[in-house]
Amino acid sequence: MLRKLFPHPLLTLLLVIIWLLLVNQWKVGSLVMGLILGIAIPLLTAAYWPNRPVVKDIPAFISYCLMVLWDIIVANIQVAKIVAFMPNDKIKSAWIPIPIDLKTPEAITMLAGTITMTPGTVTADMSSDGKVLLIHTLHTDDPDGVRDDIKARYETRLKRIFE
Amino acid sequence: MEQIAELVISALLVIGGIFAVIGSFGLLKLRDTMQRLHAPTKATTVGVGTALISSMIYFLVFEGTISWHELLITLFLLLTAPITANFIAKAQMHRFIKPEDLPGTGDTTDWATYDLEMTVANPDLIGPDLRK
Repeated sequence: MLRKLFPHPLLTLLLVIIWLLLVNQWKVGSLVMGLILGIAIPLLTAAYWPNRPVVKDIPAFISYCLMVLWDIIVANIQVAKIVAFMPNDKIKSAWIPIPIDLKTPEAITMLAGTITMTPGTVTADMSSDGKVLLIHTLHTDDPDGVRDDIKARYETRLKRIFE
Repeated sequence: MEQIAELVISALLVIGGIFAVIGSFGLLKLRDTMQRLHAPTKATTVGVGTALISSMIYFLVFEGTISWHELLITLFLLLTAPITANFIAKAQMHRFIKPEDLPGTGDTTDWATYDLEMTVANPDLIGPDLRK
């Protein structure tokens, strides 16, 4: 019964919080409206979400988000330096395939999104069986280093959070 | 207090402005689409971010209210920017980049963008069944 009413409890919570932030002031009426939306939207979209995405370790997830935010700031400064001061013919762009061990689609999506938002790398594609990501780097002298860095810094953490 | 807030807000706006200009400059300067993709996805997130933080500080100090919309804008920006970048990259690959120019997957299957037969023959590969 409870499971039928709340097919995605985390999504419900997230929707309520987002609604309260959207309303931008604290009122009981907004909380009720948020709860109505938070219950209705997961029910209506349940058909597209047959399985619950699992976040096993919520503190680790939050610390991951903070780490990524910090990395985004650092990445901004690095990319800005490359764009502003490095002559075009010195910029060495490269395609790098990254074999991944993650299995769940949510974890792979998070990894791809993180790669796109951080140090000079963009996720471009994935192999058909979902085991390799193709990324493009703006500038690197050491493509293997970039690959190992991503695997060590992001993938191991995501593996702990989602799998 | 207000003086300090004004200074912080101005500093953040100037820093953000510099990053936004560099991001736009990158669009002009870099050589090809894949390189240009890096400029707007990176150098502008700090540009937008600092503008949002200074807006929050302004409302907190001068209007006495906390404005939460900025947090939501940040959230939606971080959620949507990678998807746009990925779609531009895929369109670019379809139109101008040959599979031979890319490194191999080192795997039994090809890159999904080019692997049309694989996708048509095994639609299950894309979607929830990836879990198995």
